[in-house]
Amino acid sequence: MLALFRRDCELALKSGSNSGLALAFLLLLVVITAIAIGPDPEQLQILAPAVIWVGVLLSSLLSLEKIFRQDHEDGILEALMTSPLPPEGIAVAKACAHWVTTGLPLAVIAPVPAFLLNYSASSSLWLVLSLVVGTPALSFVGTFNAALTLRVRRGGLLLSILVLPMCVPTLIFGVQAIQVPVATQSYDVAIVYLTGLTLVSAATMPFATAAALRASVE
Amino acid sequence: MWNNTHSRQRNRNSLWQYANPSLFMTVSDRILPYLVVLTCCSLAVGVSWGLIFTPDDYQHGPNVKIMFLHVPAALMAINGWLMMLAASLIWLVRRHHVSALAAKAAAPVGFTLTLVALATGAIWGKPAWGTYWVWDPRLTSFLILALFYVGYIGLWKALDESDQAADLTSILCIVGSVFALLSRYAVLFWSQGLHQGSTLSLDRETHIDNAFYYPLVVCIAGFVLLFVTLVVLGTRHEIRLRRLEAIRARRS
Repeated sequence: MLALFRRDCELALKSGSNSGLALAFLLLLVVITAIAIGPDPEQLQILAPAVIWVGVLLSSLLSLEKIFRQDHEDGILEALMTSPLPPEGIAVAKACAHWVTTGLPLAVIAPVPAFLLNYSASSSLWLVLSLVVGTPALSFVGTFNAALTLRVRRGGLLLSILVLPMCVPTLIFGVQAIQVPVATQSYDVAIVYLTGLTLVSAATMPFATAAALRASVE
Repeated sequence: MWNNTHSRQRNRNSLWQYANPSLFMTVSDRILPYLVVLTCCSLAVGVSWGLIFTPDDYQHGPNVKIMFLHVPAALMAINGWLMMLAASLIWLVRRHHVSALAAKAAAPVGFTLTLVALATGAIWGKPAWGTYWVWDPRLTSFLILALFYVGYIGLWKALDESDQAADLTSILCIVGSVFALLSRYAVLFWSQGLHQGSTLSLDRETHIDNAFYYPLVVCIAGFVLLFVTLVVLGTRHEIRLRRLEAIRARRS
């Protein structure tokens, strides 16, 4: 499992596309949104949490399809399914690798787009924390949906249609957690819920992913 | 295969015998005319009673009558998903094809009812709340339910191998139910909303006058029957498609 995790991370880093592309996409998305909203700093500040979370969500969508697609086409996935490692283990390794190569870099870089959106610099640490805590849920849910659409040709669009509604709870609590000045009373509650969501998805999603894998790979 | 006769005997007097597609076809063929007639009657009685023969509400005037469509549609939109969930579980546990096909047939019906509930709600919202749409928790979670229906239908459409499609959509249905429920409570976190609390409950703590209550019950019965009729029709359609494919595969 560890070997698979390490292999996936290395592959993602070597091809260089996954993390780099996601980061570039996040920055671009924020810039585009800011241009669309206009230069008013106050308005940007109000919208910053929502823009950042939507950006992170969409950026982590980009690499979801690749989680299983390549391995499936090479036949590696079938070999993995017959190996002693249970499919649940594959699911965990894949989701963790996706998070380390996508969610974590996005969380670390997030203060930069936040700065562009005039988000208060003092709460950057809080922003990073909320993203680090929240994005694993996206990876686990995303891995599950990637396994579901494994057999679908050009499944990218369907994948996003399936993933996005499932990300609603994470999105809500994530944005609430970093909405600093207005709702001070609820953001620590939000981050608790966010952590809860991540833990629940980490505990349950691998089983669903494994079930989907068993159905997809004969 | 070896225990086929044995299991058939064991299933003879249980509900599971209807999981046999051909038995399902014969029985549903016999029941269907009655179902259609009952559906039409109860819908005609309920809707006309509700729309024409009830008094206007003292606050909302005649607008209130849209609830005779809105409430049953919303109710069946949710129950439709629950029925799909049950059918998916039955498919995953007992591998009855009728069950998987019934879930497949129920999805478009449930989706349409979700849209009906959203549309009638919007029409009601304009005069009552002054707006067609607000991001109220109930409305939002209904919209999310509609999105889950879209994803579920999309996955069925995208996969061609039927048993595999049934497996994957069943898994999606189960996981989707959990997330739909999570979203339901997550949206409560961001606002309290305009929508009234539920009016009908099983212990019948009445917030509603009998003049409205009885036609509403008839309407709900009509929508339940409508849902069942459409799902049975859809399932028959799917079974026939499956048979057609089998014939085609044998010939080629």
